[in-house]
Amino acid sequence: MKNPINGLNKIFESRIRLGVMSILMVNEEINFNDLKQMLEVTDGNLATHLVNLEENGFIKVHKGFIGRKTNTTYSITKPGEKAFNDHIIALEHMIKGMK
Amino acid sequence: MIWKCEKLFYTLYYKVLFMGEINQNPGEIVKDIKQLMERSSRFISLSGLSGIAAGICALAGVLVAYIMLDDIGGRTNYRVYYRLPLSEDTLTLKLLGLAAATFALAFISAFYLTWRKAKKNNLPVWDHTSRRLFWNMIIPMVAGGLFMLGMLQYGEWRFVAPCSLVFYGLALVNASKYTLTEIRYLGYCDIALGLINMQFIGYGLYFWAAGFGVLHIIYGAIMWQKYERKS
Repeated sequence: MKNPINGLNKIFESRIRLGVMSILMVNEEINFNDLKQMLEVTDGNLATHLVNLEENGFIKVHKGFIGRKTNTTYSITKPGEKAFNDHIIALEHMIKGMK
Repeated sequence: MIWKCEKLFYTLYYKVLFMGEINQNPGEIVKDIKQLMERSSRFISLSGLSGIAAGICALAGVLVAYIMLDDIGGRTNYRVYYRLPLSEDTLTLKLLGLAAATFALAFISAFYLTWRKAKKNNLPVWDHTSRRLFWNMIIPMVAGGLFMLGMLQYGEWRFVAPCSLVFYGLALVNASKYTLTEIRYLGYCDIALGLINMQFIGYGLYFWAAGFGVLHIIYGAIMWQKYERKS
């Protein structure tokens, strides 16, 4: 049998990155402040993780404006969705293995 | 000094152990993910008490309307109440005012109880989930409201009660995608009541009492029992 841990994605070891991906899986588009509020993290911390996810091609960033205020929204990409699903499957295999 | 070092060592050791545990327990991680998905896509702070409060307001409103109609001679007279243009029809205007006041009171009390629940659970009241719920609920309701005002404009009062129940039911079914899913069943019941009411024109007040009053209270009580009683 294949080792289930192989499916685990290093990038998702961070709880914040995994949290961002979980939220983006069920929300078409979400802005920075809503993400910050839900994950209860600081601006800088969240920004770093978002850059990391963007560089890996897992999320798309849209820069927009509401009036003069910037409104940056994020959405998940196809590779991001696949990586997340693989990660979940690996986690579920691990849970089954533990029982 | 050595003792201090030792203490530091243990603290570090436990920190590493603790973090390791968080990272390695896949059951916990999956549970967290599910919770985050749920919380980020639906407005879960909707309180059952809001339903009960809205139901009580509706029943009170219906009672006042009942008394007002009694004043014009006979409780059943509103069934044969003739068509007048809206501008000359003071009774309809009064009833409209009463309906608006009832709705406002129900909305405010429902909002307050939900706000209280969100605050208790340390969740935001106005975030993207409540915004989305609000818009998806308000669109069918405003459309229905304008539609019914249009009917009254032509002196057609008979379908106001069934229409309001159907539109409200549709609004709830639509809203159920963005909040606790059980509200869908309240929507189905209101739609069904509205359609039945179509066959019993003139009994609108009773259907209103049932649809907006009794059903809200039953729904609210079930939801409160299910989600809030323990906590």
